[in-house]
Amino acid sequence: MSGSDVTRDGVRGERPGREAAPEALQGTKGGRRRRGEELMVPRAEFRSYYGRPVIKAPAWSPRDIAGYFFLGGLAGAGSVLAAGAHLTGRTTTATAMKISSLAAVSLSATALVHDLGKPERFVNMLRVFKPTSPMSVGSWLLAAYGPAAGAAAASAVTGRLPRAGAAATGAAALLGPGVATYTGVLAADTAVPAWHGAHRELPYLFGASATAAAAGMALVAGPTRENAPARCAGVLAAAAESAIRRAAERRLGMIAETYRTGRAGALLKSAELLSASGAALAALRGGRSRAAAAVGGIALLTGSAAVRFGVFAAGIASAEDPAYTVVPQREAKAARQEAEAGGD
Amino acid sequence: MTEAPEAPTASEAPERVGFFTDTSVCIGCKACEVACKEWNAIPEDGLSLTGMSYDNTGGLGASTWRHVAFIEQKVPARVPAPEGRTQLPLVAGEPAAAEPSGDGDGEVRWLMSSDVCKHCTHAACLDVCPTGSLFRTEFGTVVVQEDICNGCGYCVPACPYGVIEQRQDDGRAFKCTMCYDRLGTGLEPACAKACPTDSIQFGPLDELRERAALRVDELHKAGVADARLYGHDPDDGVGGDGAFFLLLDEPEVYGLPPDPVVTTRDLPAMWKHAGAAALSLAGGFLASFALPALAGRRARR
Repeated sequence: MSGSDVTRDGVRGERPGREAAPEALQGTKGGRRRRGEELMVPRAEFRSYYGRPVIKAPAWSPRDIAGYFFLGGLAGAGSVLAAGAHLTGRTTTATAMKISSLAAVSLSATALVHDLGKPERFVNMLRVFKPTSPMSVGSWLLAAYGPAAGAAAASAVTGRLPRAGAAATGAAALLGPGVATYTGVLAADTAVPAWHGAHRELPYLFGASATAAAAGMALVAGPTRENAPARCAGVLAAAAESAIRRAAERRLGMIAETYRTGRAGALLKSAELLSASGAALAALRGGRSRAAAAVGGIALLTGSAAVRFGVFAAGIASAEDPAYTVVPQREAKAARQEAEAGGD
Repeated sequence: MTEAPEAPTASEAPERVGFFTDTSVCIGCKACEVACKEWNAIPEDGLSLTGMSYDNTGGLGASTWRHVAFIEQKVPARVPAPEGRTQLPLVAGEPAAAEPSGDGDGEVRWLMSSDVCKHCTHAACLDVCPTGSLFRTEFGTVVVQEDICNGCGYCVPACPYGVIEQRQDDGRAFKCTMCYDRLGTGLEPACAKACPTDSIQFGPLDELRERAALRVDELHKAGVADARLYGHDPDDGVGGDGAFFLLLDEPEVYGLPPDPVVTTRDLPAMWKHAGAAALSLAGGFLASFALPALAGRRARR
């Protein structure tokens, strides 16, 4: 019966308020005139409150939180690689990865505390254990993993208490995969369309990206005679990363735009390029050339970081545009009503 | 002084209370916004003008716990009453809508709605809070304990309605408490108390739901076909809202999500995938150590 002209804008990347004003004043035709960058699919018609976002994007700083996703992955997957190197007698790589994991987990804990609104209250994270809160689960996971990674590194560097060091290496390797993948749940357990919509794929994507980072670090830090497993892991990780991201984009439908355009699109495209070329270079030349291994390793590390920052940026973009909240929810509702009508 | 009151047993626990915001009688006076700010001593949240409507508040946030939305719409013109005034659809017992007579030809109508935290039955903010700062009160409402919140900000993107927010200078998260302090002494929340048209109604949730069903029937009979309830259904994606609404247009026009679902509904599936992903990661490394070893052995043979 009624049309709300000013609210049907669907303008890309619009910040409400300041920019909405002239259009609102222009009246009828202003709303749909402006369009942002070219889209691969035609924009679905939707209504909103002056183009304002429906949900609130997290106030997390990308450096702290996407950085934490990367560092947590590097630490966790690195501990698994360290344990493997430890068991197979690749001692230089094992020690290097233990140090890298300790450094990464220390930095990530610092980033997490730094991002808190009340950093002096960070111990409240361990006030309760809540399986419904991935952040609570992650805090406990880090509280257990951090000391294990620390003990493993300390023993490896000093050469003292080798048995305790081996036990700590094992414990860190058991907890490491959890540290690397739970962050996918942390992001997905929100109302952010690009994250929640990919809740099945994000843990795998983060796991693959963590593997790439750890492989990259081992290539940079370990000698060539020890780096065969890292070269193999790099190839597996780069292939998995690319396949999982494609699967997520297929499932996301129109929300996949946020993974392909803007800052997220640029980051994820470079990530794919870096991971693929880094893995290929390391696999083909990294066994003989120390330089090729190091360059390939740096490319894998950078690619892994770009994946996390890209996914983070896609989430923010999807939260800031009401289209990604309204249109999929409309479709879900219509599909449910259709199913109910059909079922009667 | 006197002896301490006995702790209430389960049967004595107070009923779940809530808000029913009937936007069809909202006049956009913003008394609720002011009363809320005054009672809860909420800091100033910006003095800028949005320029888009009479709504200069913009939306709910850390320092805005009630927000009146203003929506200006073109609707088909109605036949003027004899004195030259437009008949109001809410008082006239006739069908409200004539067919639109053409683009741009019509009159303006205002939709006004006072938005607030929904106090969801399945509250994502509460679920994801890692400190236990967010909790469910004895009244069935959801409240932040300010002395526990460490400002992790996880509740902010978890809320499907975009209600809760961190206050920038403070860092902690804030939102409507449904005047927890007033409820404790038997008073109604400040916004409902201040509302001059009873657009904001406070009471036991069951009673409000009955009242709302009657009201929407009444409006349908009066020809307001677009009147609908929002957030009243205990079977919806958040298990029903403790604060629900009667709207005159689609929810998204008011800035509300059309079909919100509590994110933690999918959390068991997410944990399973994370577990499988962790195993895949370990398996990937196992393969990475095994394959070169096998290849090496074959080469030596």
